[in-house]
Amino acid sequence: MTGSVTYFDAWRGRSLDEIFMLCREMIEDPTYPTVKAWRERGGCVVGHFQVYFPEEVAHAAGVLPVKIRGGRTEGISVSQHFGSYLCSILKTSLDLALNKDIELDLFVTHPICDGARNLAGIWGRNFPYKSQVLHLPQNANSAGAAEFLRNEYLRLADDIAAAGGKPLAEDALRNSLKVYNHSRRLMRDLYAIRCDSPWKLSADESFALVGMAGFLPREEFNTLLEAVLPMIHSRPIRQQDKMRVVLEGGFCEVPPFDLLEVVSRSCYVVDDDLFIGLRWIVEDVSIEGDPLANLAAAYFDKSSYSAVQHDTGKPKEKMLLKRIQQANAEAVILAAAKMCEPGLDEQVAYSKELDAHKIPYFITEFEENQNTFDDISIQMETFVENVMFD
Amino acid sequence: MNATNAQQRGTRSADAGIVGRGSREAARLMRKWFSSLTEAACEDKKAAFVFVMGNMNEVLRCFDMPIVFPEVTALQTAVRGTSEGYLKEAEDYGFSPDVCGYVKADIAMHLRGGEHPMGLIPKPSIVVTTNACNTYFKWAEIWERLYQAPVVTIDIPNQRAARLKSMPGDKDFQFELAYVVQQVNELIAACERVTGRKFDIDKFREHLRHANMMSRYWKMLLALNERTPAVFNALTDGLAYLGMANCFRATEEGAIYFKELYEEMEYRSKHGIGALTKKDGKDVPVEQRFRLGLMGVPCYPIFRGFSEFFSDWGGVFVMSSYLKFASGGTALGYEFNLDNPIESFAEGSLLTVRETQTGLLFNFPDIEDHLSPYHLDGIVYHGVKSCRTASAGLADRRYHSSELLGLPTLLLESDIVDPRAVSKAQMKNRTDAFFEGLISRQQRAAVS
Repeated sequence: MTGSVTYFDAWRGRSLDEIFMLCREMIEDPTYPTVKAWRERGGCVVGHFQVYFPEEVAHAAGVLPVKIRGGRTEGISVSQHFGSYLCSILKTSLDLALNKDIELDLFVTHPICDGARNLAGIWGRNFPYKSQVLHLPQNANSAGAAEFLRNEYLRLADDIAAAGGKPLAEDALRNSLKVYNHSRRLMRDLYAIRCDSPWKLSADESFALVGMAGFLPREEFNTLLEAVLPMIHSRPIRQQDKMRVVLEGGFCEVPPFDLLEVVSRSCYVVDDDLFIGLRWIVEDVSIEGDPLANLAAAYFDKSSYSAVQHDTGKPKEKMLLKRIQQANAEAVILAAAKMCEPGLDEQVAYSKELDAHKIPYFITEFEENQNTFDDISIQMETFVENVMFD
Repeated sequence: MNATNAQQRGTRSADAGIVGRGSREAARLMRKWFSSLTEAACEDKKAAFVFVMGNMNEVLRCFDMPIVFPEVTALQTAVRGTSEGYLKEAEDYGFSPDVCGYVKADIAMHLRGGEHPMGLIPKPSIVVTTNACNTYFKWAEIWERLYQAPVVTIDIPNQRAARLKSMPGDKDFQFELAYVVQQVNELIAACERVTGRKFDIDKFREHLRHANMMSRYWKMLLALNERTPAVFNALTDGLAYLGMANCFRATEEGAIYFKELYEEMEYRSKHGIGALTKKDGKDVPVEQRFRLGLMGVPCYPIFRGFSEFFSDWGGVFVMSSYLKFASGGTALGYEFNLDNPIESFAEGSLLTVRETQTGLLFNFPDIEDHLSPYHLDGIVYHGVKSCRTASAGLADRRYHSSELLGLPTLLLESDIVDPRAVSKAQMKNRTDAFFEGLISRQQRAAVS
């Protein structure tokens, strides 16, 4: 479905600021116009809930993988389907589907949390297409995990083919790995700018670009980043005396753009875990040998961390420390989506570790539908002043 | 003759020895279990910490470690009316008011040196977690940080979609089983490292034999409530049975307990002696005007009051999803093959733990199906803040089952441990309205 057809051309010939604005509009648009256009051309779509999904498997089948990550909705259609005490992203994701803002041929969720695991059943009761859990192994430390995951990917590939995709072929998968390896390199370059010259790229701007990978055909996303990266490098913006911080806690439900803008006004966010699933694999996946086995192994061995992966080899608080050190950050914003149990639990471990290392941090909660930011703006400014004048 | 008449006629001489025996024995054995943990803590003996779903007792008991079920000790804080203090202590430590209360009650216990309403809990030497609940992982990681105890995970590949289940012999089942077998072997190796003992396969077989007997009778016991009258209340009596099913799993005492419990209930069923409750110190029969199914978990902070919302109107819970998932899937009645113990244990764990998840995440045919053998008059869905696994899908399930089954349904929300999240008046109001609807429906049916 890709080839010469493109779905998002409005950015061509525009200034960097205009491109950021266009990307933000695309991400905030709950009707997913590019996905609709893909379907109108006869394309098949697999929707995958946060956090990580092996998009290469769908890509190799000629299917468009779309990240299901909630959005701003009125929440009317969904009100009878969920009770209280749940995070917003579960509700708004279903709301978008019930409203037919996003239409799928297959829905995949993951055992990332107790709420997300329920989505396969909920989706299955409400839509005619298949809805399932992709069992990303929860025992990353078992010698049998990678082989299990390879087989699980094969099972997924069969379901993607049954939903309208092509049967999995090794050559097609190798090609997809190349496309995604390139894409991951481009995203790493983007984050390198955030770290090396954060005044050239704010957290909300970077978020606008990376978020496009969640629904654009990946080749098109790569073209966009290839064009934008040099523009950012040559951006004529003066460096300011701002504190360098890491933002942790946006691994699933993501904060609204306005919140990131508020944070970016007070400090330089030099690294974060926003859309970490799109950047989960941190090195190239080898295309030699068995590509599916390589992709499965990379999930464990060449990957980042998050509050929703249990891996005794990657204690999350130690991984956060590593992130802080690598980004040369002075402080941390420990955010968590409201009612996000893994995120809220992890805040405790993170804060204890940061206390032990005397690293200042700011704890907050957010919600994707949040629309007032005055309080957090004042709190952030106070926090920054406290740290800078301590 | 209906059940109530039979019961009102007076106690048979034969009844005296058998009726109520299961409740008394459960209370005695559970006290013994709590005492054994206290003794272990006092002697600084290290324990295995496990969760009810996927508790791997058959393996762990081979190494003679005390076994701590933190869900069981945490719920005691709520049942005994002391949970709020524990929760506040954990929140002072940094935990959010919006996370699982079981976790917080447990962490506060550890901050208090293991103290809980029934005694003390020892410290962990090993932690075994499963994916049956994602919060188990976060919980295990907390102990890992507090005590540097090794965490071993048993990851059970669950059913991926509704009504699609791999079974022995299927291609998918083979790779799922291989993964579980590998993990069971890794658990055994970890236990050997921690305890310095060799794994004894004959002892393991013995535990499997006890577990088989427990599963057999547990399955038969649940089926007895398909008859009228129901011989036990799935909400109140069920809690005692669940304690036994977990804390005495794979033991001789547990096996005998369930055999004798079944004998009692079978006797009662045959003689029309239905579920009992205590009034003025005496066992009296509960009125059984409406047969109800419970989806979700109990409300422990007002355990008796919650039960009375229903029993006061003649509602009896004949089945609950809790009885199945909180007993770790043993109700499936799977029996291990003692000639091939490791692989069979892995297969049984895969099938039974997966069964708990199917009921939690997809469908629970005992209650939510036209063909339910329990002949229900209504379904109560009870979602709680502390357990998203059991609660996140309940509103949607209620929405669909109301339409599909045409049965009256009630959705309540509160918490399993946090009294601050329990609005008793509001819940009572909704329950009363539910029963008024049930009565009106019954009256309409009588007229037509």
